[in-house]
Amino acid sequence: MSLKLPNPIRPAFDKGGTDSAVIVNIGPSHPATHGTIQIVAELDGERVVRTDVHCGYLHRGFEKECESHTWHNLIPYVDRLNYCSALINDFAYCEAVEKLMDIEITPRCRHLRTLLSEYSRIADHLTCIAAALMELGAMTAFLYLVTIRDYIYEHLAALTGARVTYSYGRIGGLANDVPEGWLKRLGEILDEMDTFTGRVHGLVDRNRIFIDRTRDVGVLGTAEAINWGFTGPILRSTGAARDLRKDTPYLSYAELDFEVPVGIKGDNYDRYYVRMREIDESAHMIRQLVDMLEPGPINVDDRRCVFPEKTLVYNEIESLINHFKLVMEGPQVPPGEVYSAQEGANGELGFYVVSVGGGVPWKVHCRSPSFVHMGGVHRMLDGYQLADIVPTFGSVNMIGGECDR
Amino acid sequence: MAEEATVAHGTLVLLIEPARLLEVVRTLKDTLGFDMFLDVTAVDWPERNPRFDVVWHFYSTRQHVRVRIKARVPERDPTVDSLIGLYGSARYMERECHDMYGIVFRGNDDLRPILLYEGFEGHPLRKDYPKQKEQPLVPYRASEARK
Repeated sequence: MSLKLPNPIRPAFDKGGTDSAVIVNIGPSHPATHGTIQIVAELDGERVVRTDVHCGYLHRGFEKECESHTWHNLIPYVDRLNYCSALINDFAYCEAVEKLMDIEITPRCRHLRTLLSEYSRIADHLTCIAAALMELGAMTAFLYLVTIRDYIYEHLAALTGARVTYSYGRIGGLANDVPEGWLKRLGEILDEMDTFTGRVHGLVDRNRIFIDRTRDVGVLGTAEAINWGFTGPILRSTGAARDLRKDTPYLSYAELDFEVPVGIKGDNYDRYYVRMREIDESAHMIRQLVDMLEPGPINVDDRRCVFPEKTLVYNEIESLINHFKLVMEGPQVPPGEVYSAQEGANGELGFYVVSVGGGVPWKVHCRSPSFVHMGGVHRMLDGYQLADIVPTFGSVNMIGGECDR
Repeated sequence: MAEEATVAHGTLVLLIEPARLLEVVRTLKDTLGFDMFLDVTAVDWPERNPRFDVVWHFYSTRQHVRVRIKARVPERDPTVDSLIGLYGSARYMERECHDMYGIVFRGNDDLRPILLYEGFEGHPLRKDYPKQKEQPLVPYRASEARK
C-alpha cells in the first residue's frame, strides 16, 4: 500500500536559475548531517548556488510545556536543550530565575558552577571536533577525542548520577556537593586530555588533506557574522574577541585568568582551531577553580526555593510544610521579567523569563545559539562545493535539541 | 522616542509605539552601536487589550550592554514592522515568532513555518491554544490490538 505523505516543508525554490541547475534535497535524516536538519540546495555542477535550510524536526513544545510546570520542574527540560553541555543550560536557567528572586548564590556554588560549565564546554567542543573530523575520514582523531569525552561523561555520572542529562542545577544552588575523590579524578582526566588533544594537534593541524578541505571553506567576515547573529566560537573564528565570559562577566569568570582565542579568517580551519584552543583555556580555568574552592554551603539559606534538610522534614512541622509547599506549589518567584545570558558552548545562550508571581512561569523563552546560527548558515554554504556542506555544517555544531526546542 | 523607559534587573527597557519601531531601532543601531539583533519573541496577555507584547533584545558588541524594546499590539491586527532591512538574523527569528504567536512582520517576505510544519493551524504559544491539542500530519495507525 502506498501512502502519499504530505510534505512538511515548502522549499523557497523548486527551480534553478539556469537550465543546467539541479535541485537536491539533503536530510532531514542523512548520516552526515548529524542532526535532524534539511537543506534544499541548488547546484551548478558540484557548486552550491543557494541553499534553503529547514529546521524544526525536533520541535517538542519546550516553551509551551514550561508554562504548566513549577520553576523547579523545568530543570530536566532545560537539560535537553543542548544535550552536549547540559550543565550550562541548567546554570543559565537557574541564574535567570535567581535574578528574578534577587538571590546571590554562595561562593562555593559559584565556583562549582563555573568549573562544571567549563568542564561541559570541553565535552561539547570535543564532541563537535570529533564528529567534524570523523566526517572528513579522521577516525583516529575521533576515537582519541571521544575517549576523553567518555571519561568526562562517566566522571559527571559519578557526580550527578547521569551521563548526559544531569538535572544537577537547583534554583539557589546545586543538587549535591562533589563526592570524595572527585576532584582528584578531575585532575587525572585533564592531564590525560592534554596528551590526547596534543596527539590530535599532531595528526591534524598540518595535515595536507585536512587543510585542503577546511582552509578558505565556509569563510565568514566579522561584520557579516554579527549581522547574521553569530556568537560563540563561530564569531571568534572571524577574529572578534567577543566572549560573554570576558565582556559581561558572570559566575566566577572575573576572578579567573584566561584568554579568548580568535581565528584569522573565519573559515572551517579557524573554527576547528578556536575550539581546540578553547579546550585548553577551559582546562586552565578548571585547574584554577580547583585551587579556589573553599569548603562551605552549596545552597543559599532561602526557604522560598531551597528544600529543607530531610531530617528536619521528618521531625519538624514547619519544615514539612515548607517541603510540601515547594513540591506542590513551586518556588515563589516575584513578578517581573529578566533576560539572562551565558556563554554557552555554541554562543550566547539566553533565557527570557516572565513571572506574574507564584510557582509557575508565565513565559520561558530560550534564545538558543544554534537556531540563530541556522538562520545564517547559508552564508557559509553558498558558493562552495557540495562536499563542503558536511564539514562546514560540522564546524557550526548545530544541536537539534536547542535549535528546535 | 519611547513612551516609557524603565530599568528591569539591570537592563534598559523601552516601551514604544509599534509605529515608531523602525525609527527607534535605526537610532539604536546607527547612533548607539547596538549592532547585534539577539532575539524577538512575544508575550501573551489574554485579558489585556492590546493583547500581545512583542519583545526585542539588542546587544552592543562594543559596549557590552543589552537593551529590551517592547511594543503592544492588539489581537485583531498583530502587526509590527520587520527588521530584516537592518539585521540579517531577524529573518529566522521573526519566522519563529510568527509561528508561535501569529505576529505579522510587515516587510518580511518569508514567514513560512520554521519550527512548525506546513499546514499547521493556530499558534501554539498563545495561551488559548490547548497544550494537549494534536494535529498529526500523518494519521495515527490503529494498533494491532485494537483492530
